[in-house]
Amino acid sequence: MTTGNLSTLLVWAATTCFTIALVAYTVDLARVVDRAQKRRPVAAPVREAAVVGGGQATSVAEPPADVPGDATAAAAGGSSRAAGIARSTTYLGVVLLFVAIVLRGVAAGRWPTANMYEFTLVGAFVATLVLAIVQRRRPIAFVGVVVTGIAVLALVLGLNRFYVQADALPPALQNYWLVIHVGVAIVATGIFTVAFATSVLQVLADGREHGHSHLDHPWRSADGLRRALQGWSVTGPRFAWLEQVPDARRLEALSFRLNAIGFVLWTLTLIGGAIWAEHAWGRYWGWDPKEVGTFVAWVVYAAYLHARTTRGWSGRRAAYFVFAGYATVIANFTVVNLFFSGLHSYSGLK
Amino acid sequence: MSDDVRDETVRTGAPGRGYRPEGLDDAFSDGAAEAADRGAAHDAATEPASLPTLGPVGWLRWAWRQLTSMRVALLLLMLLAVAAVPGSVFPQRAQDPAKVAQYLEDHPGVGPWLDRVQMFDVYASVWFAAVYLLLFVSLVGCILPRSRQHWRALRGRPPRTPRRFGRFPAQGQGTSAASPRAVVEAAAASMRRGPSWLPFGRTYRVDVHDEGGGTWSASGERGYLRETGNLVFHLALVGLLISVATGQLLHYRGQAIVVQGRGFANAQVDYDTFERGSGFRDDTLVPFTMTLDRFDSRFDPETLQARDFTAHVTLTEPGEQARAETIKVNHPLSAGGAKVYLQGNGYAPDLTVTDAAGEVAFAGPVPFLPQDEVYTSRGVVKVPDVSGGQEQIGIVGYLLPSSQQVGPELFRSVAPELDDPLLVLSVWEGNLGLDTGVPQNVYQLDESRMTQATDDDGRPVTLYVRPGETVQLPDGLGALTWQGTPRYVALDLRHDPALGFVLVFALTALTGLAASLFAPRRRLWVRAAPGGEDGRTVVSAAGLARGDDVGLAPELERVLRDTLARARRGTAPAGPDRPAPPDRPADPTGATASRPAHPSTLDDEPGEPA
Repeated sequence: MTTGNLSTLLVWAATTCFTIALVAYTVDLARVVDRAQKRRPVAAPVREAAVVGGGQATSVAEPPADVPGDATAAAAGGSSRAAGIARSTTYLGVVLLFVAIVLRGVAAGRWPTANMYEFTLVGAFVATLVLAIVQRRRPIAFVGVVVTGIAVLALVLGLNRFYVQADALPPALQNYWLVIHVGVAIVATGIFTVAFATSVLQVLADGREHGHSHLDHPWRSADGLRRALQGWSVTGPRFAWLEQVPDARRLEALSFRLNAIGFVLWTLTLIGGAIWAEHAWGRYWGWDPKEVGTFVAWVVYAAYLHARTTRGWSGRRAAYFVFAGYATVIANFTVVNLFFSGLHSYSGLK
Repeated sequence: MSDDVRDETVRTGAPGRGYRPEGLDDAFSDGAAEAADRGAAHDAATEPASLPTLGPVGWLRWAWRQLTSMRVALLLLMLLAVAAVPGSVFPQRAQDPAKVAQYLEDHPGVGPWLDRVQMFDVYASVWFAAVYLLLFVSLVGCILPRSRQHWRALRGRPPRTPRRFGRFPAQGQGTSAASPRAVVEAAAASMRRGPSWLPFGRTYRVDVHDEGGGTWSASGERGYLRETGNLVFHLALVGLLISVATGQLLHYRGQAIVVQGRGFANAQVDYDTFERGSGFRDDTLVPFTMTLDRFDSRFDPETLQARDFTAHVTLTEPGEQARAETIKVNHPLSAGGAKVYLQGNGYAPDLTVTDAAGEVAFAGPVPFLPQDEVYTSRGVVKVPDVSGGQEQIGIVGYLLPSSQQVGPELFRSVAPELDDPLLVLSVWEGNLGLDTGVPQNVYQLDESRMTQATDDDGRPVTLYVRPGETVQLPDGLGALTWQGTPRYVALDLRHDPALGFVLVFALTALTGLAASLFAPRRRLWVRAAPGGEDGRTVVSAAGLARGDDVGLAPELERVLRDTLARARRGTAPAGPDRPAPPDRPADPTGATASRPAHPSTLDDEPGEPA
């Protein structure tokens, strides 16, 4: 077996680990919900009410004063078997993925960030590594679900769609900036991923804290759809676990810290890319589709940083900027690589 | 979220009088503070009752306030993001004019309309420029007043100790046997001291106040770097824009094809294409010359992907000895203030065409442009009429570097190297259109006034030529000889004097950004009052940070412990060279610092100064 094949095998193994972790995080999340409902018998009748009538479920949004500290402590300290499995398989997956990336580099005889497949591997590695670090401090099953979910999706997509043989570099990529520029871009993407998961959670938690859901008010033309989705109201029993996560304010702070690091790294990506472009293409900025995408993502995240300090735009609304920014980052990676022709066409795919 | 609190904060903040409003979350927050403040002022100013008093100056002021408000800046940022997108959706003239022409041809309906709104020149369009120029005006309008304000703050003193500490996000208490004054002096020394690895790193600016009645307090502030970084970041962006614009004004850029063994002189006539900024004077072109001696290329034998391209050139700069240089992808050559980039390469078959009279009508290497990764290259030979009464000849065709026959009269190239080269040509005769005065593309044959040479059956004639061979052209037009196959390189030369400034401003912006996001801005207060049990001094402390700052409570605790330890060791304040052991229990009663469970007051302005 060649080193390259071994690397691919290890990526599959890591993907399996993250899938197990994903399932375990989901089970853990369900357990947290369960526990929350057992603790407060009020939750049970409300659940029925929600199934029958829907709208009255708002009463759940008022948590008893003693629950947050209590339950958070329980969720943090009282580690269930599922949480343990989730944690250990995440660690294992991170280690396996790391070895796979190293072997990939060995097989190609170069730094392994030269095509879409390798970008996906390293991006998933960074995201899960950041997850592993963040989870050591605050175990938030939901963030685990989102991040491992994205990682599994990315890895499977990478293995099935983006895979190319490990190979040496074309002249345009033979530069140490490949390590800096692409490496930093991948790390930034990984961090943005975790920040995005945190912001999703923040918006959900915020909705529950304020006890308002878009599903509570009738939708003009699509009210049928609204009724079908009724069970998924953020104020409903399905989201009772939101009371176990840190409050929206703390999640916002965590998301901001991650996004701030990501933004600085993204700026570095832009500058490094411009320096490299000056070396390779004879201009530091040429509005190549990839450059445009990176610029747009940068502007959106800059808008986010401004928004969260603007009156009336902080908190929940600022989180929407994170969604837009992350969507731009992902589109910049996928859509621009696959569907636009430009100088950054290094996916290795035809 | 505590938006309302924030607004209150902003309004009572009284910016510009030393104390700047706290409670905004990051580097950009100050802008928000001010913008929101302005917004608030504007809200008051534009109440219906006050409308009639707005004269032209008032309206100008109103517009200016709007433009420099955070909300408009936010809007402009989002507009900029959206406005940048069409540039990668539609083909752009600056990148690929041929694609634009193709698009206009394929979409006769919407094409001209898109063109009218500059969708094919997005980044040079009026509307794109409007967005970013407005954004920069807004930025300057916001940053300059803040720079002035920050300059005052830099020379100002920390705010006086508030009367009550109850509303602060981090608080601590302790007692000490030392006198209140000694405790406060110790606290001041403790705050001034930086971390051991960086003696000036964590230094607070500290004031000691005698509050009367035996009570003393110390107020300290750190993190001016945060706002400095923020301002530096924004000002560096302005510098970046100016540098880029200056570069555009003073740059030149040209493309030239240089065939092996041939020379290139840095003069406009030697360029295939040449464009320059309006501020560049042609007579400042440095007249260096360059000869392509050899060109090496290496390909992966299996995947046929390129592995290395190296152009070996001899460079002669004016007044200097000729010297050998190499140009590679990613490694441009600096010559005469310009950089020379290797952008392409190919084969230029050396062809000689003699006409029916036996006169040499054309001789020289003809660059063939590679069309794919096996260097199937397309080229055109335009043979003018040298002897009288002859037709002009156009020869179009392909060069196959490693030819392989795949069928009767069907060849293809299987590798990019020059293994078994073959020219497959078709011949046209008539008028090349060289005299029409319309500039022609040398790589394209205008066939409108020409007819293709055919054999007796009326089928187009195809010539197959190998190196060294001479073939007769059809219809007795003459003969063609393939003398040899030198390489050629496509070079890109660019001169941009503002490059260094662009880099410096970009790196400055990055540094400023990092400082503005990661430098913590904190205020600490320590108050020591007499009247504790057994005549001990009661020490209380509080801390406030801009934004969410996980390090605030630990830092308050560190300062409090250190203060009490210093106070116990003696009334003499320890200098920076005698750091206290950080983790020793400070006092029998202990020092405790805490963060309230619901630190929503984090964003609060402290009460009126004591």
